[in-house]
Parts: sequence; structure tokens; C-alpha cells
Amino acid sequence: MNLCQNCNKAPATVHLLDIVPPDGEKRERHLCERCASEEGLTSQQHESINQILNTFIKKASGTKESTDLVCPQCGMTFREFRSQGLLGCPNDYTVFEKVLSPLIERAHEGATHHVGRSPNAGNIAPTKHSRLAKLRRDMKEAIEIEDYETAARLRDQVQELETEIQ
Amino acid sequence: MTIEELIQDVGAWLAGDGPYSDVVVSSRIRLARNIAGFPFLSKAGEDERRQIFRVLTDCIGDMDLGRDSLLIDIEETEEINRQVLVERHLISKQHAEGEGSRGVAIGAGEQRALMINEEDHLRIQVLRSGLQLSTLFEEVCQIDDTLGQCVDFAFDQRFGYLTACPTNVGTGIRVSVMLHLPALKLTNQLEKTFRAAKELRLAVRGLYGEGTDAVGDFFQVSNQTTLGKTEDEIVEHFGSDIIPKFVQYELAARESLLKDRLSMLDDKVWRAIGTLENARTISSDESLFLLSHLRMGVSMGRCTSVDVSRINEMFLRTQPAHLQKLQGRRLDGEERSIIRADYLRGMLGIDSQN
Ligand SMILES: [Zn+2]
Ligand SMILES: [Zn+2]
Repeated sequence: MNLCQNCNKAPATVHLLDIVPPDGEKRERHLCERCASEEGLTSQQHESINQILNTFIKKASGTKESTDLVCPQCGMTFREFRSQGLLGCPNDYTVFEKVLSPLIERAHEGATHHVGRSPNAGNIAPTKHSRLAKLRRDMKEAIEIEDYETAARLRDQVQELETEIQ
Repeated sequence: MTIEELIQDVGAWLAGDGPYSDVVVSSRIRLARNIAGFPFLSKAGEDERRQIFRVLTDCIGDMDLGRDSLLIDIEETEEINRQVLVERHLISKQHAEGEGSRGVAIGAGEQRALMINEEDHLRIQVLRSGLQLSTLFEEVCQIDDTLGQCVDFAFDQRFGYLTACPTNVGTGIRVSVMLHLPALKLTNQLEKTFRAAKELRLAVRGLYGEGTDAVGDFFQVSNQTTLGKTEDEIVEHFGSDIIPKFVQYELAARESLLKDRLSMLDDKVWRAIGTLENARTISSDESLFLLSHLRMGVSMGRCTSVDVSRINEMFLRTQPAHLQKLQGRRLDGEERSIIRADYLRGMLGIDSQN
């Protein structure tokens, strides 16, 4: 087992993927439970939106552009959202999409797209996104039970579907 | 129907029946929705709040919520009655204490409660006794579809149903199940159980929801992730997987108490009965605690003189606002404790003369 990158003493049990603004560079970090909780992160407790915001924003606070974002329809600023945790109007999801997306992913176990009901759609066939979500879950399960053959097959299907969607 | 009439009855979802009702008190499904073309409430002025309120009450009015349904303008409702609605789990504390134009529409048997202008424009909630998630899901979808023909809900191809707080975005669904877990508590297995729940990304809260400690071994388990899974998957996972597991743990703990620690178990149950039947003054926390042990005794067949629906009624009517409605006046804490004890003795069949 790897040791915590912060204190180098305890085993690393919390694994993080940080997305560093402004260009979304990804950085992996491995911490022990204690160091993680000192940063306000823990694998076991539910992260409230404020906790997620706090840890996430700390890193984003250097970028002036994200805090200065403002929704032309309702006047909500990203700074204001940060302090109260509630958005001002549906349009905010578009205006703040770039800064909001990683935060939403984090609150929803890595999910990036809605699957499921939509207004007045009745019984809709599963969308590509819902198929993709299911494939990803199956792949994760296969890895967990160390069935790498199935996992590899599923990975190919995931990649195929991903290119289709883009 | 009025609040005064509502209070005469106990919500059908407290009947104490339904699948797994030994352990599962009640199930609830909630959908969060907002109307397109309006700001969320944090940026809505009073005029817009009023418009949203009017649009939604019109749509709900056209819908058949069943006989004895009730539409309440919370702004116009006196405080004690708001508190009654909170104690009956029909509105949140936040909704009772909020500001501005807001309301709730309550369906027959208190099995539907639609909150207007809470954190989102609309929160559709349906409730049932025991574990009845598929029935609830069908019902909540039907309400959602009906209202969706009356207003356009804010929806986005990528993020799904748009909500004021990004933690609810996507399906906007919250599935919650209220569990009674006294045996896991008595065998010191609660923490272990909850740790497992948290790893499954579930929230566990005490009886009165957010920010309250659990009193009386009642716990509400709910999902936190609303994006990236279909409603069906979430409901199905809860109904066939997660909750049956909790039930199985609790029943195993009950088995082991019956087998190995019967005297300890009976002692808890009968001490609870002894106190409830004899106390002359009793706090809300103590009565919750003792009623929980009584419910455990009844569910485990250690005591048969009272049934679960009657115990549920006692849970409801011993809360502060209900006691004050019963007396028809404001009561301070000490008076409430006396009235509560009188009420409990009466319900358990002991007359309160001496
Ligand atoms: Zn460390
Ligand atoms: Zn906006």
C-alpha cells in the first residue's frame, strides 16, 4: 500500500483527482484519512455542497475569471453562488458550466450527464448517455472482481460510444 | 378540509402496515422541479414568487389530489399550524420558517404533499407506510407528468432537471426510507451499519431530518446522488437491495436478542411500559425513547396489548404543536410535559385520576 503523499506516515486511503483551473489540468493525489480530513475531504462522510465548494474553490480562487462570471439573466455571480450554495436561475448552469461541471461530478460520483426521465417524453428508449453510464458501471464492477477480460471488452464499447456521442 | 380537520386523523402513511413494517416505518419519494422562464427562488422577487405560487396552485387545483385534499398558503397560516405540518412531515422546517409567498398542497390520507416555493419552485412528495417504493414511484411520475402538461419544467439535455442546488440536479429524485433500528442499537452495531451506508453514498439522519440527532432509534436513509443514474435504477437499488439489507441486519440483531439476551430485552420493553403508564410528567425526548422500546416490544411479540398504528399515533400526538392543539392553547415546557404524560396514560388505558 502507498503512503500518504502529505505526511508520508500513514497509508493513503483517499485518492483524489484534482482538476486545476484554469485549463483543467488533472492531478492525482493520494492522502491518508487524517490529512484528507484536515483538508476537509473524507471518503466516508457525505460532502455537503459547501464542503465541496470550499475545497474546490480554494484552488479556483486564483483565477479571477471564474469568480467574476455573472449570469446576464438573473445577475448571479459565481462568487455569490460560492457563498450561499444556491444558483440564481436555470441559465446559471450554462454560464457557469465550466466551473460548475467538476463540482457537479464530484457531488454525483463522477457523473457528467443526466440519464432518466425528461419532460413529456413518455416512455423513452435508453439514450446513448444512459447506455454509456451503464457500460461504465459494469466496467467498474468487472475491475472490482478482477475480471479484466470483460473489463477490456467493456472499455472498448465505452470508447466506441464516447466517440459516437462527441 | 382544514388543518383543524386534518389534525383529527393520523396520516395513512403512519398506519404501521405495508411490506417490512416491523422495521420500515415509512417510505417517501420526492422530485424537485422548477418552472422554466422564472429565476430560482434566491433571485426571485416577491412578485415572481407570487406568480410561481399562482401558476402552480392553478395547475395543482386542476389535478385530482383525491377527496379531502387541502391547499395551504403558508404565509397566511399561523405559526402553531405550520409547526403541526412539520410534525406531520408534510413540510420541512425550512419551509415553515421561510419567508414570502409559499404553500403546500396535501392529498388524501396525507400521502401526497406538494411544497411550493421551498428551495425549488416545486417539490412533489409522496409517502406510504412500510416499504412501497415502486408504488410511490409510479404515483410520483404520474403527478410529474400531469403537472408537466400544465407548466414547462426547467430541463437541460446535459444536466437534466435543473435545481437551485447542484446536489439535486439531474433526476431531482430523493428516495427516503424511515427505519426503526432498536436492536442494532442495543447490540452496538449501528455505527458499523451506518459506515456501510455512507460508503454507498447514502445519507443517514435522525427522525426529524437534517441537523437533528436521532432520538428513539429512528433513522432516515436517503440517496445523495441524483445525476448519472435513472430514477428506476435509484428506486430499484433502494427497494430491492439497500433497504432489505438494513432490514436483514436489524432482524438478525433482534433474533440474537431473543436467543441470548431475553431478560435484558424484556427489561427494556417493560420498563418503558412501566414509565409510560405511570409518569406524571415526561419530556419529548424521553417519551420518544420509551415509545421506541415499546414499539420494539410489540414488533418482536414481547407485548401484545397495543398495536403499532396506535404507537405511531402516540409518536405524533406527543409532539409540542400537537399537544398544544389538543389543549387549544399555548403551553410552556413544563405544562407540555404534564399534558404529554396524561395523554400517554390515557392512550395506554390507564385513567389519570390519581
Ligand atoms: Zn497523511
Ligand atoms: Zn442566472
